[in-house]
Amino acid sequence: MAIRKVCGIETEYGIVLRGGTEANPMASSSLLINAYVASLQRRVDWDFEDESPGNDARGYRLEGPAAPEVETNLVNAVLTNGARYYVDHAHPELSTPECADAREVVVWDKAAERILIESMRAASAKLPAGQQVVVYKNNSDGKGNSYGCHENYLMDRSVPFQAIVSGITPFFVTRQLVAGAGKVGTEATGLARGQVPFQLSQRADFFEEEVGLETTLKRPIVNTRDEPHCDAQKYRRLHVIVGDANCSEVSTFLKVGTTAIVLAMIEDGELGRSLRLAAPVQALRQVSYDLDLSLLLELADGSRISALDLQWEYLTWARKYADAHGLESVGEAVGAEILARWEAVLTALETDPMSLAGTLDWVAKYQLLSAYRERDGLAWDSPRLAAMDLQYHDLRPERSLFARLGLERITDDAEVISAMTEPPATTRAWFRGKCLQRWAPQIVAANWDSLVFDVNSEALRRVPMMEPLKGTAVMVDELLNSCDTPVELLRQLGA
Amino acid sequence: MPEREQRRKPAPDRHHEEVADEQPATSEKGEKIKAELDDLLDEIDEVLEVNSEEFVKSYVQKGGQ
Repeated sequence: MAIRKVCGIETEYGIVLRGGTEANPMASSSLLINAYVASLQRRVDWDFEDESPGNDARGYRLEGPAAPEVETNLVNAVLTNGARYYVDHAHPELSTPECADAREVVVWDKAAERILIESMRAASAKLPAGQQVVVYKNNSDGKGNSYGCHENYLMDRSVPFQAIVSGITPFFVTRQLVAGAGKVGTEATGLARGQVPFQLSQRADFFEEEVGLETTLKRPIVNTRDEPHCDAQKYRRLHVIVGDANCSEVSTFLKVGTTAIVLAMIEDGELGRSLRLAAPVQALRQVSYDLDLSLLLELADGSRISALDLQWEYLTWARKYADAHGLESVGEAVGAEILARWEAVLTALETDPMSLAGTLDWVAKYQLLSAYRERDGLAWDSPRLAAMDLQYHDLRPERSLFARLGLERITDDAEVISAMTEPPATTRAWFRGKCLQRWAPQIVAANWDSLVFDVNSEALRRVPMMEPLKGTAVMVDELLNSCDTPVELLRQLGA
Repeated sequence: MPEREQRRKPAPDRHHEEVADEQPATSEKGEKIKAELDDLLDEIDEVLEVNSEEFVKSYVQKGGQ
């Protein structure tokens, strides 16, 4: 039986200093995050004990200068909602806390946006008049520079990595139909920008390999980074780098939800026939460029199938899987909603894609830009359309074109605002967040799988949290409520 | 090959025939959407970056993950 698909999203945001003469994105990112954290008046730093981005899921470890670097000198904070907020590669990045299902991911991802909005306000207040830090939730600058929105999913370690690769690759190549954020032009090597007027995905241009450890160069469709951040004997944490940052709640919900179901099916060995593509990397771009959604992709067995039919095939398997096994691994109710919405979206893509303009990012952006272009008689390579593309992702509420379009929501403001400071009750993020809310002064460091307390004893005391589904509200509230001090907590835990 | 049979499209509501019946409603809806979109474009004009060319040129990011 598939294990619970604990999941989360890490987003690197685009950042611009407006009105300033010298732009240093690292300095702007630090200012942004420091201003927010200072406004909270308590700060706990990240603990790097557990970081090992050089570990490869295929079973080896990358050492030496090629190993991904962990930047320990930059701002790095852990928030009371269980999230990590830090500077990474000249971008502000926020990792949501561990969530138990796709709907929770949407709530904490939207809370992350609000945290960034608050951060912009706090940072701009510290800048000279006329200067402003502005943050964009997108994945490219239109000039060949990309930054990521990564997802992660808890997997059973016993599933062979190759089974994940072969099962998920055709799905990843085609899920941009649902989860693409849309982009004007292309940045692919060897193509002129205007050769592609508009495409489904922000990221498809930047992928060059099928499988690999890299995240900043030669990006692979399936990333092999092996950092479970939990019990490595039992689990892996699939690190997904192929997705776009979505503004649409439905896009995020389906991106994470359908992926979680497909991974559960892979874990249970319940995928149907092999849909191995003849050339996945090429297909990723072909699908992104195919606005008619009609192109046939070649499979390794020589047959052909459209991206949409490929998604239908996964959905058919998912329905069968749900009937046979249930969807407890992604949450029963949430799982049912994922399947219903997935089917509705695929049906609409097939019959009238533009009917999804109020639902999915790429369709919303495409319809807006097409209408604007038609009204003003613009060519697709007009700077005005490129500007609108960027401004779709501007997080300032008064400037965001996404916000103007008023897409369908699945969250409400109250739960999102609460999630800015409250952790999900359903994972170990609860224990982390609640301890930080109560005892931040005695917590010297925190990371995904431990908290380190300084309670004036001889040594610092580390509380390990190796199980992502332990430390939930149901499991620890009684304990937490019975402790007035961290010393008492540590004593009761026997730590 | 039994797998071939599974390729049958699953959803009962995927009938293209129905499209014909919906035509009048669709075009009415289409006009309403267009009118709304026109209003929206006017509204958006007011918040768009003033100098698109300069804005697009200056939006440069360092590559990330």
